[in-house]
Amino acid sequence: MDFQDTPELAAFRSEVKIWLDANATRRTDKRHIGMEGDAPFREAKAWYKKKSDAGFACLTWPKEYGGAGLTSVHEVVWQQEVENYLTRDSQFVIGIGNCGPAIMHFANEEAKRELLPRMASAEDVWCQLFSEPCAGSDVAGLRTRAERDGDNWKINGQKIWTSGAQYSDYGVVLTRSDPTVSKYRGLTMFMIDMRQSGVEVRPIKQMDGGQHFNEVFFNDAIVPDAYRLGEVGGGWTGALTVLMSERLAISGIQPTGFPQFLDLVKSLELNGRPIAEDPIVRERLATWYSQYAGLQAANKRMITAVAKGGIAGAEASLGKLVGAVMNQEIANFVCQLLGPAGVIQDDTLSPERAHFQQSVMFAPGVRLAGGTDEVMRNILAEQVLGLPQEPRADKGIAFQDIPTGPA
Amino acid sequence: MNFDFSEEQQFIRDQARNFLNQECTTATVRAVLDNATGFDQPLWQKIVALGWTAMAIPECHGGLGLGYLELCVIAEELGRALAPVPFSSSVYLATEAIKSWGSEAQKQHYLPKLAAGELIGTLATNEGLGAQSVVSQVRGDKLTAQKLPVPDGDIADFAVVTARDGHGHVRLYLASLTEEGIQRETLSSMDPSRSQARIVLHDVPVQALGDTAAGEPELAQLLDRAAVLLAFEQIGGCQAAMEKGIAYTKQRYAFGRPIASFQAIKHKFADMYVALELARSNAYYGACALAGDAPDLPLAAATARVSASDAFYLISKENIQAHGGMGFTWEFDCHLYYRRAQLLSGVIGTQPQWKEQIAHNLLQTA
Repeated sequence: MDFQDTPELAAFRSEVKIWLDANATRRTDKRHIGMEGDAPFREAKAWYKKKSDAGFACLTWPKEYGGAGLTSVHEVVWQQEVENYLTRDSQFVIGIGNCGPAIMHFANEEAKRELLPRMASAEDVWCQLFSEPCAGSDVAGLRTRAERDGDNWKINGQKIWTSGAQYSDYGVVLTRSDPTVSKYRGLTMFMIDMRQSGVEVRPIKQMDGGQHFNEVFFNDAIVPDAYRLGEVGGGWTGALTVLMSERLAISGIQPTGFPQFLDLVKSLELNGRPIAEDPIVRERLATWYSQYAGLQAANKRMITAVAKGGIAGAEASLGKLVGAVMNQEIANFVCQLLGPAGVIQDDTLSPERAHFQQSVMFAPGVRLAGGTDEVMRNILAEQVLGLPQEPRADKGIAFQDIPTGPA
Repeated sequence: MNFDFSEEQQFIRDQARNFLNQECTTATVRAVLDNATGFDQPLWQKIVALGWTAMAIPECHGGLGLGYLELCVIAEELGRALAPVPFSSSVYLATEAIKSWGSEAQKQHYLPKLAAGELIGTLATNEGLGAQSVVSQVRGDKLTAQKLPVPDGDIADFAVVTARDGHGHVRLYLASLTEEGIQRETLSSMDPSRSQARIVLHDVPVQALGDTAAGEPELAQLLDRAAVLLAFEQIGGCQAAMEKGIAYTKQRYAFGRPIASFQAIKHKFADMYVALELARSNAYYGACALAGDAPDLPLAAATARVSASDAFYLISKENIQAHGGMGFTWEFDCHLYYRRAQLLSGVIGTQPQWKEQIAHNLLQTA
């Protein structure tokens, strides 16, 4: 057991550091930088172009697809170093982290060579179109129709909770191509041009007031058959690739709220006394630290397993589940600690520019996005621990015959 | 970076697991529990014969000269088997103290005998309810004190004892427990498969540990190291209890289906798995800090201990719950894990003490 880089990796790390020093600003605090709005989007695109030109984009992708042809361990080194700089390095995580692997696996060679390099440099931005109003945790229950039309497919239906759809040039969309067979066998996955008249994007106003997600409507949107990912009716296999990549992509960056909490405990005084002296605060700090440190160490174990040639499986759900819950609990605890003023959400009055109040309001979404707490627990129980599935009412019958609620 | 045990260490694990599967079933644990024999002597002798007590002792003192990582692997397997032997007291505490701070003469006297299982040692710090606060004092190289609880104190041959010196400083001393003037009794406890004792010393000759007498900083370091090793025992126990719960709920039917297919049960096991993975990962980090003698050992050790104690409590109690009424019977093994979880989270200090150590370490650099 050790944390030493191999000589090759140490050389790569120093190369990364030198480049980051020359091209990015070092962080002085742990503040999150905002992801929403047009200006951050443009900054992020510029950043990706720069790192792509320098050969640091999509490190694990083959060179012919715009990557660097390196290993996932190099990617980890990059992540570890880039964290120390104010960059928008994770802005396009859904496109690159989720859609990228699906395209790599399932697209034809021509499409790969055409689309992947532009994705890697963020010249094209991608979104993932899976969830629907009636298909959330049960995403395979989706209803967006794909109908064959010569060399094309016609897409009709509605997607929801699509991050970044308003900025996206392309999407990976999961559709129902055959409602007469069982639900998992009637799905087909495509790449779709989002800049066409049959695609309409409407932002969703969230309970916290933000607008991170969208609804996407398809009205006779057209997809060439060359943009099909995998077999007709083989969409579920592709979807699993995307969903597993998603869990992996978010497990490393899932905010826990702990670093911000530690900063607060070190700096805040209430009633003339540092909160760091409060035994209740110290107890909570220790408890959350033990979970936070456990996640960090679990991540190192996962990286070790991947470096040895294993795959990060359902275990990646751990970071999502623990981080999302901790984030909410920490934020609520801090607001309670602040007394009656805890409810005030004001950048100038509330500590850390109201980070904790914002977290209280955003945290419910984190526990739902990318697989709810409950779905994560099912995955861990069924796929890791081998517990049996629930008896189900949707097995062995055609999709169109599965019972549904009122339309 | 390589954050896993090596192939050689995995091999030691497999050997240890096979041995304990044969030699230490829950029937072995129950025999000690039912008969209040304190420990399983034949099992202890076999463990000694395998060289586990000699593992981390240098070759020049009769040991095998292996490292802490090998010991972590063994600890996990002992915890998994709920082994009713004084391994933690003798190896993680007494042996470590002498190996690290003993004088050359003390090392030469004790270590070969500890390695060969001719002596069992323990650490006697507690003096009744509450966290450690030492009042007993050494006068003229003799100690009069009451120590309780002392883990394995009724079967140990000697103890590393805390007491105040002439200046009122807490120091570590070596005391034979077979001398005249010593009374000891086994205390009734939640886990009689690992005994706890009251030891009363009356004018018993003691010897300072080391030439300069190790004191509080050394004691803290000793406990940090033991915390990592005990965390491995705890995660071993967690793993075994969880596996048994999974096996039971898969074959127990209610409402026409295995109860393991109900989400209420599945989510319970998912939460157990999460607690165990966090605890295991923290224990691995602790093992790295221990093996590398890292400056962040106090934080890493406290973190490993807090999360392992939390996990073993959670898993052992929810395992009973998942077993339903059968889990509450003497006949089923669930209570063995629940008892051991209580015992292991008690030795070397409970959660409040170790959580405070985490907070102290996180905030001291503020």
